[in-house]
Amino acid sequence: MTEPASPLRIALAGHVDHGKSTLVGRLVHDTGSLPEGKMEAIRASSAKRGMPFEWAFLLDAFQAERDQGITIDTTQVWLKTKKRGYTLVDAPGHKEFLRNMVTGAAAADGALLVVDAKEDVREQSRRHAYLLGLLGLSQIVVAVNKMDLIGYDRVRFTEVAHAIEAYLGSLGIAPRAVIPVSGREGDNVAERSQAMSWYRGPTLVEAIDGFQPPTAPVDQPLRFPIQDVYKFDERRIIAGRIESGRLKRGDTLVFSPGGRKARVASIEAWPEDARPNEAEAGRSIGITLDDQIFVERGQIGHHESSTPTETNSLRVRLVWLGREPLLRGKRYKLKLATSEHQVEVQTIERVIDTSDLASRSAEAVVAGDIAEIVLRTRATLAVDDSKILPRTGRFVLVDGYDVAGGGTVTLDGHARVRREGIKSTNVPRVEGRISLAERWQANGHRSGILWLTGLSGAGKSTLAIELEQHLFRKGWHVAVLDGDNIRHGLSADLGFSPDDRTENIRRIGEVAALFARSGMVVITAFISPYREDRDNARKIAPDLFHEIFVKADLATCERRDPKGHYRKARAGQITEFTGISAPYEAPATPELVVDTAANNLEVCLGQLSAYVERTLGS
Amino acid sequence: MDHLDALESQSVYILREAFNKLEPLGLLWSLGKDSNVMVWLCRKAFFGRIPFPALFCDTGKKFPEMYAFRDRYAREWGLDLKVEPCPPVEEVDPTLPPAARSSARKTYALKNLVQRLKLKAVIAGIRRDEDATRAKERYFSPRGENAEWDVREQPPELWDQFKTDFAPGTHIRVHPLLHWTELDVWRYIRREKIPVVDLYFARGGKRYRSLGDQDITHPMASDAANLDEIIAELEATRTPERAGRAMDHEAEDSFERLRVAGYM
Repeated sequence: MTEPASPLRIALAGHVDHGKSTLVGRLVHDTGSLPEGKMEAIRASSAKRGMPFEWAFLLDAFQAERDQGITIDTTQVWLKTKKRGYTLVDAPGHKEFLRNMVTGAAAADGALLVVDAKEDVREQSRRHAYLLGLLGLSQIVVAVNKMDLIGYDRVRFTEVAHAIEAYLGSLGIAPRAVIPVSGREGDNVAERSQAMSWYRGPTLVEAIDGFQPPTAPVDQPLRFPIQDVYKFDERRIIAGRIESGRLKRGDTLVFSPGGRKARVASIEAWPEDARPNEAEAGRSIGITLDDQIFVERGQIGHHESSTPTETNSLRVRLVWLGREPLLRGKRYKLKLATSEHQVEVQTIERVIDTSDLASRSAEAVVAGDIAEIVLRTRATLAVDDSKILPRTGRFVLVDGYDVAGGGTVTLDGHARVRREGIKSTNVPRVEGRISLAERWQANGHRSGILWLTGLSGAGKSTLAIELEQHLFRKGWHVAVLDGDNIRHGLSADLGFSPDDRTENIRRIGEVAALFARSGMVVITAFISPYREDRDNARKIAPDLFHEIFVKADLATCERRDPKGHYRKARAGQITEFTGISAPYEAPATPELVVDTAANNLEVCLGQLSAYVERTLGS
Repeated sequence: MDHLDALESQSVYILREAFNKLEPLGLLWSLGKDSNVMVWLCRKAFFGRIPFPALFCDTGKKFPEMYAFRDRYAREWGLDLKVEPCPPVEEVDPTLPPAARSSARKTYALKNLVQRLKLKAVIAGIRRDEDATRAKERYFSPRGENAEWDVREQPPELWDQFKTDFAPGTHIRVHPLLHWTELDVWRYIRREKIPVVDLYFARGGKRYRSLGDQDITHPMASDAANLDEIIAELEATRTPERAGRAMDHEAEDSFERLRVAGYM
């Protein structure tokens, strides 16, 4: 038995009183889609208010709407043409009810923009058109309505048509058709107008019949945001909806942020004999994994070949709907797919005036405004560019208890800047007049970077602080760069994903080299788990670099657990913890090995200071 | 994925959001076709289980076939059934037209259930195509302390990001079937072989298209005696589904008044 196709969803948009609701009423009626008795009910409602027949009463279901003659909330009606079924989403044109317009239009596959032939393109016509683009709608038909009120004047129609086409063009939108219609009289709605024989284009019904049905993004990279983890029985089911791509039993999935990996052991279903071997975009599914890794709601499952971007800052374009304005420096909750993050508005780059697309700078974004802003998060979030994968590239902001805005993420030249790193390689180094040798002579010792590496709890910080004190007391110029302190300032924007760790180490390497070149001994105490990252740090100042392996086995470190991190990592409260859930690559040829599991602090410090005396002493 | 798969998948997503975000949760089970589809979708969402109670507001005036259906399937489906008797009609707002007043008894019973079980949210199987006020609903619809619906202040709801943060005292209605039509429901029942009360099938030239209380629900003329015939009938008809529900037609705003006061 073949089931019919899903109806196409079409949003109505346009300025208040340009006749959207009337046009919908006419469309439903003229396609023969009106339920029995509805005409009589509308007639009665109209008569009760002393009005001529009012089509809008088909949609304006609330008493407040009928009494005031305005549409407050979005609604849906159904119609059928010879080609297929439609859900028409009517949306209010009042600026005050923009949140309802956005609610309606966000769910649509195409849009019908209504412009009053007498009134021309107005404030909300432009704002709505802009929003349709922001919401990702590209199939748009324009109805120039109320042609009956201007005597079906071709010249006037052409003026209005040019104005709206020019505006849409500046947004990069080419309308499928611009149609002169009369909602009240039915001209060019379902039937070709007798009064406008000069018009050769499609009727409204023909134009919407030309829309393409939406296609699920099955051929895009896999994005499977975790919605929940169920343990109703012995199975541990990871539930969620595939937002793009497809997954198969046996696939290796990576969960970002975090980067844990496991294979899909099964795709679960009820009834159980319906368990599939694969599933594709659009499906709400549940899977089990072959390895009991810790994953949670908000993480996005994907294939190794195509990872979402992990970042702490987002450049976004949004529409603000909140009662209170969006302010720079204020914190909001961001909801993206199934993840939630505390974010701070770092900058309001520009507010876009939808009437002429001019930009202005602003300290606040008020309801109805469209703006480009930069958001900063403490935790790392996984995200895609909305132009490529819209479903994992769009979000809403929650202010207090309320969804107060929505927008899309742009990754153009943004998050990648950090990763691709050192853009400024062509900038010549400024050479001062004081040579390093002169500094050494003045200080009474050589300078250098003592790069301590090892597991958390191996004793890096303790040794670094002891050594610093020891050298300082001897009059040396010495400083410690410690992990926690760097994380509070220099690298406050970074998380613990592999990319962020790499970037953190790069920054420390650069800062340490600056210290060392100014004549100081700098001791760094970072886990720095990746060999490649340490090698890159060495390359910044190879002559000054000393790699010191602070060695202790995992069991010893875990027993010490000075900060309680291992316990939390074992409990799954810390993700990406080196030794537990992230790798540590021991140095192959360090300058010095200090074994803190085999020796006590005194012995270790002795070894270390002897090494420093030998290599850096005068 | 076909149309029914898409509908099912969206409803499952909504149910899982509700289960993750709203606790404790209850599922309204009126014994009607839409309710049964909802039970079915819950079992799909939660892999055979329904991890919250099923709520039944008993008017005492349902058809005997409906009570028999309840007893059989509550057991067969393993429902944690909570039954709440509706108060007598004398306790209900007397300014409502008679049928609406009778229906409003269910609102009172539901409020009692919500209080007794301290429910944060209730899942209800309403659909946009049933009624013009339901067409304006949200998937996650916040209600006041007394279940009242503020139609002027509905939250934005875009890209499946539902309102999930609430001031203390807010109660929430969740509507996983909002985007389904009557025909969708029947086609899904046919595909999934979901049991329904026999009263939907024609006997002696009449069948019930929508099931409520015996005294305020009327059958329609029909010869549709099986699922295929019902679907064929609905594909051709222009009679609205709730034509046989007296409470919808007493006054222009009677159903809106019922719903603003907390009716489903």
